[in-house]
Amino acid sequence: MSRKRLTVRVNWITCDAHGLCAELFPERITLDDWGYPVVDPAPIPAELEEHARRAAEACPTLALLVERAAQRA
Amino acid sequence: MTMTADPAGTAAPPTGARRLLPDPPAARLVDHLARFGPLPVRGAELIGEVERAGLRGRGGAGFPTAVKMEAVRANGARFLKGRPPIVVANGTEGEPLSAKDKTLLVHAPHLVLDGAVAAANAIGADVVCVCVERRAAPVVRALQHAIDERNRSRADGIELKLGATPSRYVAGEETALIHWLNGGDAKPTFTPPRPFERGVVNRPTLVDNVETLAHVGLIARFGAQWYRSAGTAREPGTMLVTVNGVERPGVYEVPLGTSLRHVLRNAGAHDVAGVLVGGYFGTWLTPQQAAMVSLTAEDLTTMHAALGCGALGVIGAGACPVAEIARITRWFANQSAGQCGPCTFGLPAIADALDHMARGADRDGRAEAAARRWLAMVEGRGACKLPDGAVRFVRSGLAVFADHVAEHRTTGRCRAPGGAPALPVPRAEASWR
Amino acid sequence: MGALIPNATLWYIARGTGFVTVVLLSASVALGIVTTMRWSSQEWPRFVTAALHKNISLLAVTFLGVHVFTTLVDPVSPVHLVNAIVPFSGHYRALGVGLGVVAFDLLAALVVTSLLRQRIGYRAWRAIHWSAYACWPFAMLHGLRAGTDASASWARWLYLACAIVVLAGVAWRAGAAVLAPVPAASKTNAGKSVSYRGAAR
Repeated sequence: MSRKRLTVRVNWITCDAHGLCAELFPERITLDDWGYPVVDPAPIPAELEEHARRAAEACPTLALLVERAAQRA
Repeated sequence: MTMTADPAGTAAPPTGARRLLPDPPAARLVDHLARFGPLPVRGAELIGEVERAGLRGRGGAGFPTAVKMEAVRANGARFLKGRPPIVVANGTEGEPLSAKDKTLLVHAPHLVLDGAVAAANAIGADVVCVCVERRAAPVVRALQHAIDERNRSRADGIELKLGATPSRYVAGEETALIHWLNGGDAKPTFTPPRPFERGVVNRPTLVDNVETLAHVGLIARFGAQWYRSAGTAREPGTMLVTVNGVERPGVYEVPLGTSLRHVLRNAGAHDVAGVLVGGYFGTWLTPQQAAMVSLTAEDLTTMHAALGCGALGVIGAGACPVAEIARITRWFANQSAGQCGPCTFGLPAIADALDHMARGADRDGRAEAAARRWLAMVEGRGACKLPDGAVRFVRSGLAVFADHVAEHRTTGRCRAPGGAPALPVPRAEASWR
Repeated sequence: MGALIPNATLWYIARGTGFVTVVLLSASVALGIVTTMRWSSQEWPRFVTAALHKNISLLAVTFLGVHVFTTLVDPVSPVHLVNAIVPFSGHYRALGVGLGVVAFDLLAALVVTSLLRQRIGYRAWRAIHWSAYACWPFAMLHGLRAGTDASASWARWLYLACAIVVLAGVAWRAGAAVLAPVPAASKTNAGKSVSYRGAAR
């Protein structure tokens, strides 16, 4: 059986350090010394998925990508 | 001793370690054919032969060549019309400590082209593009000459092109190279799609180092069993290493599994304070570590190192390792494409801290602490592996030369007399096109 | 004119929604500029600016829709459907009305591409979004030239206020582009690294 887990990935070329992702998804995203996102690799539980999506949608340069990776449960 | 062309194609396979760089040199097509015989026509079954041979990429990543070839072939087969794959032979060799690709292209260009053509036939490609740094004029000339010879003889049935790239380190990264071939800057692009899916003009693209393709050219003639007759059982074959900082620097071909100590001694290494394995993109080893390790991926992994592109650097007791590391880190920072924040800002910050340390100004250790913090911050956060390479280089250097670092901090002075820089740092050209 | 009294309601709505649209559009442009300038504070994070910008734009579209609808539906209105589709056609203040039509088209493009941003990709979206700087002046000029109340003093103050806000924002943005600053580190993580001399920004 496999359960699809949500992951979040940064397109480093498009990212321009706006920082909205860290504001909207602080559970997994913090900012480094230059304002760029540091993504915590810990898995994203179902109750936080909404925040991940909102952060991706808010990114002014569409640099935050929300992806589903099939993983074994 | 002269040899005549062998129409039956039963030239003797190279014995011993000397495979890629024949003696006497066979740069001209007629000499090349006399030495190796004609290239047999082989199709997709060549991929199986390469797989049995156990050939891994020689560009630095060490990826199994057959797996890559098959991935491109399969993608090409999926799109029946109009998008046959393309082969890109990567001879850009941006690593300053490496000279093997240029050497190969000047002394045995036809071996590289053989491999590229054989790979093209195996994956269904109709174009081969060989890329070299445009500033290496002799290499460009030699390669163009070889391509012209082949086009005149019309033996290949595959279009051969030459791409002369800007002299920038990341221009050789596979997505950067493809972006440049597509008319853009020689800067890495976001993946997916990866080159084996969509690359040059949106076709599935096989990007292989020129040395890898030279091995393919030999495997196509002499087979997997022959290839495995050198090297170790798990890591077969030979590889080209470039040795720097020794009495007899240059490119040497050695079987995999040779001890590093043997390679260095053979090249005349005397005064060894530290050994860099894999070029600036690699890892520093202490002399003790270097004396224990053999040139296999497996052995080097135990030291957190890798073969990389086979470039080796030796620095002696007369050089200041902290200054060397600082200088090369500044070079890394200048090589950034400037696309990704952590690299663009982090590498110069780390270089600043290292400069501070090298000058003996970091008496309270805060610059070193800042540098370590930024190393962790920059690692893995970019579109390409440039920051990762810089981090590995600096981290291993700070470990291997910890006593030098400590001495700079406690005394504010350097033990080494401070002469000319030991390791070369080339000037980059300004253009990305 | 007396027979027009029942229809005057539509006319008032058209005029009123026109002003509301101009105010909302000005606020939207100003907030868009604040977004590109990455301004934020402890109490006002950047996502608030972004969300306000989006919602005010959608609100502006709504009021604009009512504005256009009531204008066209009003039986006494000199502006007809064809004038709303083909700019600068028609007899009544052709230039002024036409400017509004163009502004409407631009706003429609801005909003539709923004709603479909994930699909069309960042570069295409950004290219079209530049037209916001054209949309706003067209809307303002439409109001000044075709608006019934344009000559009233309260209306002039309103237009002036909108112009000051937007032009101040544009000056701020243009000034920053000229001085070419590096992307500012976010204030929520104000570079608290070790400073030993020439540390992080």
